[in-house]
Amino acid sequence: MDAMWFSVAMTIVAASTPLLLAALGELVVEKAGVLNLGLEGMMLVGAVTGFAVTFATGAALVGIVAAMLAAVAASMIFAFLTLTLASNQVATGLALTIFGVGISSMIGEGFVGKTIPVLGPVFPEALAGHPFLRLLFGHSPLVYVSLVMTAVVAWFLTRSRAGLILRAVGENDASAHSIGYSVIGVRYAAVAFGGAMAGLAGCFYSMVQTPMWAEELTAGRGWIALALVVFSAWKPWRLLLGAYLFGTVMTLELQAKAAGVGIFAPEFLAALPYLATILVLALISSRRSVGAAAPACLGRPFKPAT
Amino acid sequence: MTLMTRRSLLRTGAAAAALPLVAGRAFAQEPLKVGFVYVGPVGDFGYTYAHDQGRQEADAHFGDRIRTTYVENVAEGPDSERVIRNLAEDGNQLIFTCSFGFMNPTIKVAKRFPDVKFEHCSGYQRAENVATYNARFYEGRAVCGTIAAKMSKSGVAGYIASFPIPEVVSGINAFTLAARRVNPAFQTKVVWVSSWYDPAKEADAAKALFDQGADVIAQHTDSPAALQAAEQRGLWAFGQAWDMSSFAPKAHLTAIQNHWGAYYIERIQKTLDGAWESGDAWWGFKEGMLKMSPFNPAIPADVIEAANETEVGIVDGSAPPFAGPIVNQAGEEKAAAGSALDDPAILSMDWYVEGVQS
Repeated sequence: MDAMWFSVAMTIVAASTPLLLAALGELVVEKAGVLNLGLEGMMLVGAVTGFAVTFATGAALVGIVAAMLAAVAASMIFAFLTLTLASNQVATGLALTIFGVGISSMIGEGFVGKTIPVLGPVFPEALAGHPFLRLLFGHSPLVYVSLVMTAVVAWFLTRSRAGLILRAVGENDASAHSIGYSVIGVRYAAVAFGGAMAGLAGCFYSMVQTPMWAEELTAGRGWIALALVVFSAWKPWRLLLGAYLFGTVMTLELQAKAAGVGIFAPEFLAALPYLATILVLALISSRRSVGAAAPACLGRPFKPAT
Repeated sequence: MTLMTRRSLLRTGAAAAALPLVAGRAFAQEPLKVGFVYVGPVGDFGYTYAHDQGRQEADAHFGDRIRTTYVENVAEGPDSERVIRNLAEDGNQLIFTCSFGFMNPTIKVAKRFPDVKFEHCSGYQRAENVATYNARFYEGRAVCGTIAAKMSKSGVAGYIASFPIPEVVSGINAFTLAARRVNPAFQTKVVWVSSWYDPAKEADAAKALFDQGADVIAQHTDSPAALQAAEQRGLWAFGQAWDMSSFAPKAHLTAIQNHWGAYYIERIQKTLDGAWESGDAWWGFKEGMLKMSPFNPAIPADVIEAANETEVGIVDGSAPPFAGPIVNQAGEEKAAAGSALDDPAILSMDWYVEGVQS
C-alpha cells in the first residue's frame, strides 16, 4: 500500500485513457445511427500523424491537432461513401481500417526508429510531489481531456437540444427528416467528431504511451473500443466505467504475472480483461435497459424519400 | 475469435497492398540470381532489417557475380507460396525464406522446382533442395544475463516474453543461469504478453515488472516499448534483434544482433561452386551469426570484461550457457556438474531453471 500501488494506478489510467477517447467518439457516431468499424484505421492515421508532425515541428500541440485533423479527414472518406453514396457501413468501415493500416505504415515508413520526447504531465512538477498528488495531477493532458469529454458527451446527449436532435436522427431518421432536420448533415458532424476522438486516441499511443512509430502501433485496441461502446449500452458514464475496468484488469493481469501470482495458463490471464469487461458490462446492461439500448437506425443507410 | 480473423484478414490485405515492392540490382553477364522473402518491412530496425543487412553484405562481397532480389512484408501462409513460386519462376537459383511461417510453402514450392535451392530460416523441415538455418539466440541471452546481474541493485530482472516455445524458454533459462553465476540469489520475473508485438502491452508489462522490484528488463518481443519505459524510470533494459539505443540512449545496455551475412555468403559461394548441399545450420557467436551491439558507455569496465568473458567461454566451449549443474524450479537436477545440455535438449526445452518466476 505505498508508492507501488500509486504507480499501478498511474498505469491503469494510461491503459484506459485511449480506449475511453476512441469509444466516446464512436458512441456519438453510433447514437446518430452510423456504425463506423474503421476506428482502428482512424486511430492509426492519428497515431502516425501525431508522431510525424511532432517530430517535424517539435511542438506536441501541433502534432495533436494534426492527428485529429488527419483522422477527421479519414473519417470523411467513410462519411462520403456511407452517407452521401449510401454504401454499406460495415463493409466501408472495414475498408477504412484496412486503408488506415496501409496508409499509416506508408506515411510512417521514414519515422520507424525515431523517437520524440514523451508528452508529459500538464501540471507543474511541484503539484505532483506526493504519489497521491501525482495520481491526481501527474498525467498527460489527454487524460484530462478524456474525462472532461465524458462529461461533455453525457451532457450533450441528455441535456442539450443538439443532442436530442442527434439521438432523434439515430432512433428514427425518417421522422427527423420529415420535421426538417438534416439527417445527413447531423451524421457527417457525428462521424467527424468520432474521427477527431479516434485521432486523439491514436496519438495517445504514439506520443504518450510509447513515443515512437511502428506499423500497427495500436495493435487492435480500436476493436476493443468498439466492443466497449456496445457493452456500455451507449451510455457515456458506463463507458467510462467499462474502459477503466478493462484497463484495470489488463494492468493487474500483468502485475499478477510480474509478482509471480497465478501459475496457470498465461493465455487465460491474457484473456481475462476481455472476459471481465464483457461479464460486468453484460450484467449491468441486462439488468436495466433491456433491448432498448441500441439506436434503432444503427447501421442503416438513409435515403431521403423526396 | 472474429476479432482475430478480422485482424489477420487486415494484415493479409495490407501486405498484399504493399507486395509488389520488389527491388533488385542488375548488371554483368549471367550472375547467380538469389531471392529473399521477408516477413516484415526492411525498415523495422529489428528482425527483417537484420536479414536485409545480411543480403547487402552478400551483395558487397560478390559484386556482379550475383544478383539479389527481395520481397518484403510477405504474410505468412498461402500468400507466401505465390511469392516464393514467383521468385523461382523468375530464375532465382537460391531462395532464402526468412520466417518460421514460410516453412510449409517453401517445402511445397521446392518440390515443384527441384533444381532451385531453398534455405528456410528457423524451421525444422528439410528436403533434398531445402536446407534450414537459425541462430543460437540463447548464447546472447547468457551475455545479457551476466550484464544484468552485475548492473542490477535489486537482484531482480524482468523478462517480457511472448509465447512459451522452446526458443523463448531456452532464452529465459540461459539469461537466468548466467545471472546466477554472478549473483546466486538472482531472480528473473517473467511476464507473458501472449504477443510478439503489442507496444502498449509491452510498455505496461515493463512498468509492472519495475513496480515489482525489477530494475533491468530483457525482452523476447519485438517493439522498443519496454526500453522507453526503462528510460522514463531511469532503469536498464536490453534491446531486441538490433541496436535499439536510439529509443533509449540512457537505458539501452546492449542488444543481441543477428548477423546473417556470413551464412549467406557461405551458402551463395557453395552454390556458385556447385557444392551446395541440404543441411541444418545452427550458428552462434563462434560463427559470427550473433554479435552484441555496442555497450552502453555507462557500463563499468569490469562488467564489460565479465560480459566478454562469458562470450569467450561460449566461443571456445569452456563455458557453454547450459553447463551443469542445472537445477529446475522444482529443485531436480537437469544437468550434473561437468556436463552440459545437448542441442536436442535445448531445442525441446519446456522447463525453467531455479531462479525463474513465471
